Amino acid sequence: MVSIKELSKEEYLLKGHIACAGCGPAISLRLLFKALGNKVILVVPACCSSVIPGPYPFTSFAVPVQNMLFEATGATASGVVAALRQRDIKDVTVVGWAGDGGTFDIGIQALSGAAERETDFIYICYDNEAYGNTGVQRSGATPYGAWTTTTPTGKKERKKDIAFIMAAHRIPYIATACPSYPIDFIEKIRKAKEIKGTKFIHILAPCPTGWRYDTSKTVEMGRLAVRTGVWTLFEIEHGKFKLNPPSSRLIDRAKRKPVKEYLTLQGRFRKLTEVDIEKTQKWVDEDWERYRKLASNQ
Amino acid sequence: MAQTVIDTANHIVAYAAKAARVQVIAAYPITPQTSIVERIAELVESGELNAEYIRVESEHSAMAACIGAAAAGVRTFTATSAHGLVLMHEALHWASGSRLPIVMPVVNRTLGPGWNIWADYTDSLSQRDTGWIQFYCADNQEVFDTTIQAYKLCEDERILLPVMVCLEAFILSHTYMPVKIPAQEKIDEFLPPYKPKWFLDVDNPFSLANIVTPEYYMEFRYMLQEAMENAKQLIPEIDKEYGKFSGFEHGGLVEKYKCEDADLILLTMGTMGTEAKIAVDNLRNEGLKVGVARVRVFRPFPKEEIRKLAENAQMLAVIDRGISFGMEGFLAEETKASLYDQKNQPLIAGFIAGLGGRDVTFKTIGKIAKKSSEWMRAGRVEKETVWVDLRE
Repeated sequence: MVSIKELSKEEYLLKGHIACAGCGPAISLRLLFKALGNKVILVVPACCSSVIPGPYPFTSFAVPVQNMLFEATGATASGVVAALRQRDIKDVTVVGWAGDGGTFDIGIQALSGAAERETDFIYICYDNEAYGNTGVQRSGATPYGAWTTTTPTGKKERKKDIAFIMAAHRIPYIATACPSYPIDFIEKIRKAKEIKGTKFIHILAPCPTGWRYDTSKTVEMGRLAVRTGVWTLFEIEHGKFKLNPPSSRLIDRAKRKPVKEYLTLQGRFRKLTEVDIEKTQKWVDEDWERYRKLASNQ
Repeated sequence: MAQTVIDTANHIVAYAAKAARVQVIAAYPITPQTSIVERIAELVESGELNAEYIRVESEHSAMAACIGAAAAGVRTFTATSAHGLVLMHEALHWASGSRLPIVMPVVNRTLGPGWNIWADYTDSLSQRDTGWIQFYCADNQEVFDTTIQAYKLCEDERILLPVMVCLEAFILSHTYMPVKIPAQEKIDEFLPPYKPKWFLDVDNPFSLANIVTPEYYMEFRYMLQEAMENAKQLIPEIDKEYGKFSGFEHGGLVEKYKCEDADLILLTMGTMGTEAKIAVDNLRNEGLKVGVARVRVFRPFPKEEIRKLAENAQMLAVIDRGISFGMEGFLAEETKASLYDQKNQPLIAGFIAGLGGRDVTFKTIGKIAKKSSEWMRAGRVEKETVWVDLRE
């Protein structure tokens, strides 16, 4: 198991980046580089991470980056992977690093294609549950009831289950993570690096700007998401589903905090009624029933 | 050893990709481009072509994969047509703006609706402002030679721009013609392996295509325009250099036929240029002093050459296989723009012909030339744009 102490002191997310205070995606980027070092080529579509490193002639990413069109991460990474193979470079990991809009919505075709072609790369969706870069508009990842600038009275539909959409592609490794659990996060990325084929990692990346909470509470928000069961840490490795701690200790509903504790801390859920909160609780419990069955089948 | 093959332009394109030793191919099938990617699949799977072939799920992804591969430092190839090309539109800008040397044969097919798989230039000419160099070929030999030349051109540090090699659907794509393929050693000598100065490299990390503010953006675009101007110099040089070992030159930017003493010059592109030569020969027998200039490169537009042509001619008859709706034929428009403020102003008439694959034979072109010469003698063009053989 990885320990924080043994992690490299090298930083590849350099000082001076322009992410918002308390940015969950920025913490995630730092952890990504801690996990992989600098033998990485990043493909970054239009998303917060195309802004975070700052404008030309500066960048705060100390690894090579191909910034790319919004919908094209999977395809662009396919090209990079093919080129590295032609150049016989074997020790470089190609990482697609995309937001939820670029993954759930506009980029899902290219991602699906890359996965179906068994492209050897890690695709990471850092999910802040809205189009953050453009000022918090609704995406396919925005949860039910959440305020965004295009759902001013709250979103009326549920979030897509992207990890299971990717599971249907029968790729060798899928994992969820959250920067509030850095060891779990780093271990999953390192594991993904060692597996050949397409790896998909879905990160819940809390966003104080879009979620309307205090910038000092990002880590706490991620922890609450996990402790209430709204976010679940799991892996699907070669088709085998496995819950990871602390989610693995939360199968019993009594051990999970009520979702209300997570929802009421965020301004984006301010307009939720008791009925809405009950609905969300019911959906979370249903998801957990599914996880319980999957975990016990293995 | 050089060899002569008899094959369709699409297969010839595949052989050119092989001869250029492309390293990554990303392509999506579309009629009438399919036989290019089918033949390439055979070449790759048989081991004759040592390349990665990414069977992407759309043309947008094809161009995106080419961008990723080119940025990672390898020689890159794709091919498309019509709806596939316009689906790529966004990525075309990204490729040229990133200054990546990608070569893409485009089998010119018109756009729907209604569905139509036949030739015209609506697809590629609607992409003229994407920052891609555009060649238009007249026969299968030129298709082969231009594809090789395109790599030489686009990988040059003075250029670093992607290139479209355009060929008309069916008229070339599916038509068998003899093509002389030079010896591989000669091609290798002409086109050595691609050695990019910069690429995505973990030992020398940089960020490609990151945010650029108004403070710097214009300079990047100025450099792109400069590269286009450089291409005007380089294209004829490369054509000549290639001709030295292959025996074929294709006229550099504009191929001219019997233009020296011509009063009337037919200005056109692609296979219509070949048909026009027959028309010119026939009309010369009738005593008409007519020539044909085939614009081989549409971007950068060879306006200096057009000006030279206009110096001695009384009239230019511009035949376009495409139209910019609300204006006129693409070539007519550019020709007129090139001649603004010039001392010699020949009469200019535009002819729209062959849209959606309608045949444009030497007979059609003969009629156009005769109508034009009437107007030339009268000293007045009666109609600015004529739709040729239009059903009333």
